Amino acid sequence: MGRPRQICARRVLALLTLALAAACQGPPEVRWHEPDAYPERLSDWGLLAHRQAGVVLGRGVVPYEIATPLFSDHALKLRTVYLPAEGRMTYRAQDAFELPVGSIVTKTFFYPIGADAGGKAMAVAAAGWSGDPADLTPSAYRLVETRLLVRQADGWHALPYVWDGDDAYLRLTGALLPMTLAIGGQPTALPYVVPARSECAGCHATDHASGRLSLIGLKARHVNRPYPGHADSQLATWAQRGLLAGLPDAAAWPAAADWQNPEATAAERARAYLDVNCGHCHSPTGPAATSGMHLDIHTTASRPLGICKPPIAAGRGSGGHRYGIVPGQPDASILVYRMETRDPATRMPETGRSVVHQAGVELVRDWIAQLPGECV
Amino acid sequence: MIESRHPDRRVPAMLGALLLAIGGCGGDGDTGGASADTAPATGYEEQLRLALETVEPGGVITVPPGTHAFTRSLVLNVDGVTIRGAGMGESVLSFKGQVAGAEGLLVNAGDFTIEDLAIEDTVGDALKINGATNVVVRRVRTEWTNGPDTENGAYGIYPVQTENTLIEGSVAIGASDAGIYVGQSRNVIVRNNRAEHNVAGIEIENTVGADVFDNVARHNTGGILVFNMPDLPQAGHSTRLFRNDVSDNNTPNFGAPGSAVASVPAGSGVIINSNDRVEIFDNQIGGHKTANVLISSLFSAEYTSDRETASSFDPYPETIYLHGNTYGPGGEAPDRPALNELRVAVFGPDGRFPDIVWDGVVDPAKAPAGLEICIEDDATFLNIDAANGSANPSTDLARHRCQHPPLPAVSLALAG
Repeated sequence: MGRPRQICARRVLALLTLALAAACQGPPEVRWHEPDAYPERLSDWGLLAHRQAGVVLGRGVVPYEIATPLFSDHALKLRTVYLPAEGRMTYRAQDAFELPVGSIVTKTFFYPIGADAGGKAMAVAAAGWSGDPADLTPSAYRLVETRLLVRQADGWHALPYVWDGDDAYLRLTGALLPMTLAIGGQPTALPYVVPARSECAGCHATDHASGRLSLIGLKARHVNRPYPGHADSQLATWAQRGLLAGLPDAAAWPAAADWQNPEATAAERARAYLDVNCGHCHSPTGPAATSGMHLDIHTTASRPLGICKPPIAAGRGSGGHRYGIVPGQPDASILVYRMETRDPATRMPETGRSVVHQAGVELVRDWIAQLPGECV
Repeated sequence: MIESRHPDRRVPAMLGALLLAIGGCGGDGDTGGASADTAPATGYEEQLRLALETVEPGGVITVPPGTHAFTRSLVLNVDGVTIRGAGMGESVLSFKGQVAGAEGLLVNAGDFTIEDLAIEDTVGDALKINGATNVVVRRVRTEWTNGPDTENGAYGIYPVQTENTLIEGSVAIGASDAGIYVGQSRNVIVRNNRAEHNVAGIEIENTVGADVFDNVARHNTGGILVFNMPDLPQAGHSTRLFRNDVSDNNTPNFGAPGSAVASVPAGSGVIINSNDRVEIFDNQIGGHKTANVLISSLFSAEYTSDRETASSFDPYPETIYLHGNTYGPGGEAPDRPALNELRVAVFGPDGRFPDIVWDGVVDPAKAPAGLEICIEDDATFLNIDAANGSANPSTDLARHRCQHPPLPAVSLALAG
């Protein structure tokens, strides 16, 4: 098939799709696909649609939020979970919930569209959003990518889709999207990286030896909070709706700190932040176990946390510092150095961050500053 | 039929079509300046990346001759794959324009073979193989083409937490840490390689069972290192270094401050630090201005002063056995003021450090039998008595004229 014909076909298809979308007022119907036939268009999953009226979730697709999110170059995120008919999540106190075959978890990354001083449209770094998908209209928000985790019989499959116009397209190889992002009003060059399918495992293969993908956010401690605009914890809501089995009494529910909650201590907020941003790799079973530095919430001993611990194979990632964390001295701590650099060879996390998360850095600095003791 | 334009095709075929389609339409559906160009990259970078995403277990990916430019790390997660170029001078993956990813190629898969290609100028490590079983790296060159530079990536060829690994016929140049770095692994053979202009030429760290032989390590800061680092799940032991040519490793240390190798004095041939059961024999070692062989405890390394480490870590080099080695001149200008002062104090202003220098720190709680530093070489020797501030340095080799049983050879059950 020749190239010109492809182009024409696509333009016609785009118009047809627009027409159909306009005609279609109800939510999309979710459709299942086997591994040998994953669709090139996100719309073929029926999980969500981007319309003039905002994002419309597919029938049975449930949005959720987590207490402390992963920082991804200031992208805002819409997270959803879809369960097959009669399917339920199974509660786990510590690990990710078990989801049945046929489940699909999505995460859509987006930015508000603002304008620079000259009126030029530009993606903007924002602190948050309403949580109402209807607010995500094409004129107000730019959708960048939607990542799927699809529960097949042999485990979770990761699929990256990149938005282009009113649909997103499967990009197994990920993408490098040169963007300009207004951060605090300052236009900042952002080489936005959509991870390749294999790079999804960089975070989601939390048991590196098996290489099997796991959910990260759907853990009790992360989702034990109300969805925006609601009063009850998502755990309670999901149990009431028959989406979650095995939920114990509320007294037993763990809760990760909200990293921005002023009522939580710096230690609680920093550890929750590090758990979500680092702990999937930096754990005793994660790919960064090779470093001997574990930042997951379950690590409590000081040396494995990096306190007064020399680096193993950091190379120039040490930034000239001797220890991962030096109590009371954020400026002497490799952890802070690696959060503050944009150098791809030494920045942390390795995947999903190109610009510096100043608020996260300040939180970790505050925590280290008040840690007692010294490295002798 | 929008829903099923390619109902019977698999993802790779569909993606191929999509590449053409979107590539041709570039810019459709933009939302003004807030949009980026979302068209996929084209050219060989995209082709190889797609091959890595879609290869089946047991598949072979062929890298054609030419210098191929990459902007992002490559990742392989599929077991049983062979990546094969047309030669380390012909098939070159160049990461000069890399903007994302901490490696050139990251492999998280076993039964992996890579051969006959080069990886150049990565921002971080060139080739990292993490947590794999059965790995072959053959005739691969990793190089930073600008020569020694602190800004170069840390490691050239870097298997970590692997089991059964063969690195042979390869070349590693310009790494700001180690050219060939085997970490936390078991059962390793490193042979017939050339490592030059790195901080450390070849480094074996926290590894159990490594045979390192017939290699050339020249013009690094330190030639061949066998180290143990604290705070890791596995302490290393049982490494054999033999028939290597370790010469003229006098390149000024360009390691990043704070890294373990930044403490390596320029002009070091072989360094054993905190590791046990190391047999060093039939090597040619010479031309090192600090010393041809350094044997030290963690306490003499400059990367940590933390003595509490010793509670969970054996910081002493034990059961070290040197025999049959041939030494060239060396020791004329140790690259540390304290060492140089010691040279002058013991050997005079025109004297040289001897071939083999040991910090002399032993575990006072252990009986020495079986743990000695045994030296059968025709060599000169210095125990610098570091534990006592060099109060009683000694050149007496008599206490080290002993033998240990030979270590068994490493045997790899690898195809090819």
